[in-house]
Amino acid sequence: MAIFINETTRIVVQGFTGKIGTFHAQDMINYGSNVVGGITPGKGGQTHLGLPVFNTAKEAVQQAGAEASIIFVPPAFAADSIMEAADAGIKYCVAITDGIPTQDMMTVKNFLRRFPKDQRMVLTGPNCAGTISPGRAMLGIMPGHIYLPGNVGIVGRSGTLGYEAADQMKRLGIGVSTSVGIGGDPINGSSHRDILEQFEQDPETKVILMIGEIGGPQEVEAGLFAKEHMTKPVIAYIAGLTAPEGRRMGHAGAIISSAGESAAEKVAMLRDLGVVICPTPAAMGDTVAAVLAAM
Amino acid sequence: MDIHEYQAKDILSGYGVKIAEGGLAYSPEDAVQRAREIGGHVWAVKAQIHSGARGKAGGIKICKTHDEVQAAASELLGKRLVTHQTGPAGKVCSRLYVEAGTDIAKELYFCLLVDRSSERIVMVGSAQGGMEIEELALNNPEAITKIYIEPAVGLQDFQAREMAFALGLESEILSHAVKTIKGCYRALRDLDVSMLEINPLVVTGNGELVALDAKMGIDDNALFRQLKISELRDKTQEDPREMAAADRGLSYVGLDGDIGCMINGAGLAMATMDMIKLAGGEPANFLDVGGGASAERTEKAFRLVLADKGVKAMLVNIFAGINRCDWIAEGVVQAVRKIDMKVPLIVRLSGTNVEEGRRIIAESGLPIITADTLAEAAEKAVQARNEVVAKEAALEI
Repeated sequence: MAIFINETTRIVVQGFTGKIGTFHAQDMINYGSNVVGGITPGKGGQTHLGLPVFNTAKEAVQQAGAEASIIFVPPAFAADSIMEAADAGIKYCVAITDGIPTQDMMTVKNFLRRFPKDQRMVLTGPNCAGTISPGRAMLGIMPGHIYLPGNVGIVGRSGTLGYEAADQMKRLGIGVSTSVGIGGDPINGSSHRDILEQFEQDPETKVILMIGEIGGPQEVEAGLFAKEHMTKPVIAYIAGLTAPEGRRMGHAGAIISSAGESAAEKVAMLRDLGVVICPTPAAMGDTVAAVLAAM
Repeated sequence: MDIHEYQAKDILSGYGVKIAEGGLAYSPEDAVQRAREIGGHVWAVKAQIHSGARGKAGGIKICKTHDEVQAAASELLGKRLVTHQTGPAGKVCSRLYVEAGTDIAKELYFCLLVDRSSERIVMVGSAQGGMEIEELALNNPEAITKIYIEPAVGLQDFQAREMAFALGLESEILSHAVKTIKGCYRALRDLDVSMLEINPLVVTGNGELVALDAKMGIDDNALFRQLKISELRDKTQEDPREMAAADRGLSYVGLDGDIGCMINGAGLAMATMDMIKLAGGEPANFLDVGGGASAERTEKAFRLVLADKGVKAMLVNIFAGINRCDWIAEGVVQAVRKIDMKVPLIVRLSGTNVEEGRRIIAESGLPIITADTLAEAAEKAVQARNEVVAKEAALEI
């Protein structure tokens, strides 16, 4: 099962013929993802990596049956590409691009809300490492080999910290159903809560590891959702205990700007909501193992 | 990116917001000259630093004579002002804004910002201005009005009127209030402003609405299309190490500890710093070297971390995805050979081509301490740092 993507999902790459798009498209193909083509406006009709190039997302959907897309388009044009995918009927889109202006993301979110929920494209990212259902499909830029297939769902803002978690779990022989990067930007396509909702409905996922960080209200909102609507255990680690207030820590969204946004405050609130807390970032694997053992 | 009060006011006045007459000064003589040009009998001499709460820090002086203006300017120029927003290091004032004194009848609070929860612009106002909004939110939350703006259609007149009434701006002043609020919103949308705060927005003795202060933050991701705004950057207000890092495409935040860090990815960087703290140490910095960490970039990152003379040990933690551990290892070995490193170096590599990376480090013959896991890396870094500190203490005795 997994969520969002599996071995049959028909994938197109937006920004296919650029250097970064080409590199990662090849990597996804090597992993076994079902990449059916790419989109680069003006290069429609050409062949790249042995696959068709389309001018528009609509063509990719109509001619190649594209269901999911991944975006490697530069920041100034990325919002447009996301909206094009949604309009064409793509069901799931991962935006890798880092540096999209916040107001552009507001426009994107507003555009997506125009669609009735059952027809609305799910967006994860931007500024993320993508999504992987280990052993089935990779729609992202992560090193696929560090993930074992299994039944732990991972959702996180950070790419490399997500790798760290998958690696700690692999050392303990624990595998992943799907790992979803929601990205480090202040406004993102899907929240922690949205992804928890998907994992709750996935029969293959038994527990979820949520990797959060300072800034914004999303982790606590997800904790509230878990308490009220979830049967599966949720484990969390919040990065940034040492982060000073008011300073941006790399991610545009990683800034403590109001009450309840520091790591310590988030940890306290999540614990009250019944979320299992990883005491340190080195204990993510062990904490997941302990929760699995107790089930 | 933050801009100064005088810059924000200049922008807002172009959008129909009324401001007091004022001018910029770089010296006490300038300041007196500005006061002469402005005329009148009362002036405010205001330190231009990137921070709110300047009044409390002694950064705003009310003067009644030209001599007082001169004295205030002499005191403020070059002074390091410390507010809760600047951190303990404070910020040095090198520009002054001299403004005509305003006869204040009423102080209000007004702000526009991007709200992450609702993914909309929210307008925040209170008839109780002057104090900081955090304080007000804590002590008197009912006194705050929030109005969310639908992005598709933008700010509507009725919303601007609702805000004006909430601020107690009625009858003659209403139309000017609506114009001010709409002007602020237009500036925010046009210029990719992420936060615009006017505190206080004042009603003057003769019934005018004036922005007495203005604080504006611009979305860094949008600077590529806000070239005029980008030019307003004042590098003296930013941490020189952070500026140097930004110029090199690295993301750096200087901190107060003594264990230097070089990590790929913001989340892993924060987690590694947390681990250092849990192991009993304090990180000297946050440094994300990003995805494509080439040998050149690695060397630059090393130089940046070691430029902080307080660093007693350095920890490198790389989880290679797009990167490869062997490339990183080569970069590290090269950097150590080029730079005369005086502090112990702890390297932890993981991910793609990790065995090859470890082999390169081992065969380099350099005194690099290696670690397999995140916990081990942090413990070894703290231990190495403690040994350095102990040795230094022994030498002093």
